[in-house]
Amino acid sequence: MEFETVIGLEVHAQLKTDSKIFCGCSTEFGAPPNTHTCPVCLGLPGSLPVLNKRVVEFALKMGVATGSEINRVNQFARKNYFYPDLPKGYQTSQFDKPIIEHGSVAIDVEGEKKTIGITRMHMEEDAGKLIHDEREPLSYVDLNRTGTPLLEIVSEPDLRSPQEASAYLKKIHAILRYLDICDGNMQEGSFRCDANISLRPVGEKTLGTRTELKNMNSFRNVQAALEYEVRRQRDLLLEGEDVVQETLLWNPDTGKTESMRGKEDAHDYRYFPCPDLVPVEISDEWLEQVRAGLPELPDQRRDRFINEFGLPEYDATILTDSRELADYFEAAQVECNQPKKVSNWMMTELLRELKGGSIEECRVKPEQLGGLLAMVEGGTISGKIAKTVFETMLETGQSPELIVKEKNLLQVSDESELLEIVQSIIADNPGQAEEFKNGKTKLLGYFVGQLMQRTKGKANPKLANKLFNQELNK
Amino acid sequence: MKPYELTISQALEALETRDLSAMELTKSCLERIEQTEEAVGAFVTLDPEGAIAAAEEADRLRAQNNTVGKLCGIPLSLKDLLCTKGVKTTCGSNILADFVPPYDATVVEKIKLENGIVVGKAAMDEFAMGSTSETCATGSPRNPWNTRYIAGGSSGGSAASVAAGQVLGSLGSDTGGSIRQPASLCGIVGMKPTYGRVSRYGLVAFASSLDQIGPLTRDVRDSALLMNVISGYDVRDSTSVDTPTEDYTQNLTGDVKGLRVGVPLEYFSGGLDPEVEAVVRNSIGLLESQGAEVVEVSLPHIDYCVAAYYLIAPAEASSNLARYDGVTYGYRKEADSLLEMYRKSRSEGFGAEVKRRILIGTYALSSGYYDAYYKKASQVRTLILNDFNEAWKSCDVLVSPVTPTPAWKIGKISDDPLSMYLSDILTLSTNLAGIPGISVPGGFSGDGLPIGVQIQGPHFEEGRLLKTAFSIEQALALKPSLPLIGKEAQ
Repeated sequence: MEFETVIGLEVHAQLKTDSKIFCGCSTEFGAPPNTHTCPVCLGLPGSLPVLNKRVVEFALKMGVATGSEINRVNQFARKNYFYPDLPKGYQTSQFDKPIIEHGSVAIDVEGEKKTIGITRMHMEEDAGKLIHDEREPLSYVDLNRTGTPLLEIVSEPDLRSPQEASAYLKKIHAILRYLDICDGNMQEGSFRCDANISLRPVGEKTLGTRTELKNMNSFRNVQAALEYEVRRQRDLLLEGEDVVQETLLWNPDTGKTESMRGKEDAHDYRYFPCPDLVPVEISDEWLEQVRAGLPELPDQRRDRFINEFGLPEYDATILTDSRELADYFEAAQVECNQPKKVSNWMMTELLRELKGGSIEECRVKPEQLGGLLAMVEGGTISGKIAKTVFETMLETGQSPELIVKEKNLLQVSDESELLEIVQSIIADNPGQAEEFKNGKTKLLGYFVGQLMQRTKGKANPKLANKLFNQELNK
Repeated sequence: MKPYELTISQALEALETRDLSAMELTKSCLERIEQTEEAVGAFVTLDPEGAIAAAEEADRLRAQNNTVGKLCGIPLSLKDLLCTKGVKTTCGSNILADFVPPYDATVVEKIKLENGIVVGKAAMDEFAMGSTSETCATGSPRNPWNTRYIAGGSSGGSAASVAAGQVLGSLGSDTGGSIRQPASLCGIVGMKPTYGRVSRYGLVAFASSLDQIGPLTRDVRDSALLMNVISGYDVRDSTSVDTPTEDYTQNLTGDVKGLRVGVPLEYFSGGLDPEVEAVVRNSIGLLESQGAEVVEVSLPHIDYCVAAYYLIAPAEASSNLARYDGVTYGYRKEADSLLEMYRKSRSEGFGAEVKRRILIGTYALSSGYYDAYYKKASQVRTLILNDFNEAWKSCDVLVSPVTPTPAWKIGKISDDPLSMYLSDILTLSTNLAGIPGISVPGGFSGDGLPIGVQIQGPHFEEGRLLKTAFSIEQALALKPSLPLIGKEAQ
């Protein structure tokens, strides 16, 4: 039997405001436990929340960027449950009146384009963190993260494969980064993803029993977990067994999903409108301001890279996947005005060297890469030398100009200087010179090689060819 | 006349003319407390050192001829759900028995800014849930007029401390009558302002959409004076309203000519005590004789108030009280598992009435019941507001009883929650509609127990309520006199 996979994703994006959603405490990551707290985020008796307007603004940006409907009057609700990382005993979230509904993003999986619906997005506060003692049955509570603003982004069950899920996730990530409203760090938990996944026989309309996957803290994990879960559910169904509706944790060490043993069962969150916060009203003016201030988004930038720089779609898509990569490209390209060469260098040398790391950490600044390529184009150095220079740039972070100067790698384009060496090489190789004259012109390579050896690769190759042809044919 | 017998305005005058020092006044109050507290039981926590220090400061400020605050040197009590920095705030509950807030409520900041003196924290029904002050985990206040009778609730300690002459004024909170009812039963003035008029920041929440802080005082002028201090928008409370405040004392003219006084039919039906009715009708007559125009009005949905209130308030309370889990602060019972710790801490920390309301509220918000209970109750709330808005077309204020009966004996209905809930019937609608209400003394029962008169008005018309109340007060000429308490009474 053939099965169709149905996936919906829930993304929790921490919004990178300076202060928390309902108080003035800092949202900075990594401070000593419980130092970024106040009566409000500690949930002390009598404290009251005051909404941080930046959070609304950031949510609006995401809503506009995904072509969503903005609920001009939306409301916070309380989601009631007990957990030690939740000091009020409820999470202030949104329920039946979220700020954003009905949006979409475009994805591209191996050339196949598809639109994925966004059901809703809502603002809420993050919980704190529990730190468990490894030796004793003790847990510590750190409430620094409590009240950090989150935007929960819920997709329609439109995704049909782990690849599509991954592409969707990357697109959401890219848009958030382009809007500069989330730092997107999956390891630190500022961009988190849960998945609902079910299988159904191809052609079947009703959805199969789903499982919820959690604890996938990298793009790779999301895809791997979903692939594992597709296989697991398919095997169950093929054997005539039922999929149990449950929450599963992805274990990256074993490469398997593990049951949370029904801990999440039968939660009744008893949502009701939060009486401490008035409804959020979004004026025409405010929305217009957000719309006008929206930066270029990944899809627009990709199209511009194709049109303005003449890049192939493949290159443009990869380069605009992340805002940093695209920024890097533009900063490098402006130095040398050679878009395709910059793209080639980035997609081969640079990305290989980064090994998945952030381009912002790369020692080679975009201006330097652009400068290097400009030197090649201008004939200052050869393409071959450029690769050596690039390696030094990666190691030292020095500018190409400095490296070329210090290592004396300037291309020798002085005709009289080269002529002297050419003549001496011909004089040292009378046999080969004779063969050349007799028609074995392939030997030109040999002579140029000799020249490169003597000049340590710095001789201008065009000039070298010209001079050997001229001298050997005398 | 002893200093503690003065009203706030009288005391301010004496302080201003140097006939009295803040220290004399404060010590007089502290002595009065010493004499009467055993019988009255108004306080959970007393802070005599803090009070003496504040009195010293007040006298120093006056001596320096500095511009002094509006309450400079006035001893006050605060209901024990207003957070006071460094001073225990128990909410009348074991679960917060040792809770010391690291911050002052906005109203407490304001009192201190005006150089008022906080003498102590007043007893109350646990988490303000109750109408008799009998659910207080830390000991119940009693009615100063007869200490075998309830002081009312939930701001029973506030009302008793003012009525007994222990302090000159107090701040309480009113979620369904918790200021007006004890004020009425103790023979003082209690104002519940418009929802949003006074910041709730630092008020330990019972039902957030209904709670409002207000003053309890010996006369109407003092009520206006305290309103001048505590009113106003606060950025820390999103539900406080940014409308201009006024000098409320300007309303104390005694002139009610042309004022349209609405008499709501439904408030005078059913089990209204004849003595209470007589007192209220007398006040209405006094207003009429001073030129007010009396009209009968109808508030047809008042019958649904108790039902709507006892869904909305417990629902919000069930969520507001979830934070008392023994994790970050408050009472914790150690246990082997997290769930056990929650269960034991909350079971031992909360009293019966609080648990009853948490259960009711949790049920009302449960999935499958939300629409039938919480949502329906919210709709009823709109109908009640509509009733009032309809009434304002034909009248400017409504005058009615505060409670169906005068104070009753301690223990009479403490095992009968439904009777207690029903005793709130005349005060609940004010909170459900978010309008202001005031209770002003109207007379006494044959047993010598005070009976108050309730005045309600449109949103932000506190001034109109004060004007009407002042007029009744003037016409009755019931000079604020203090009851004889304990040994005095024998």
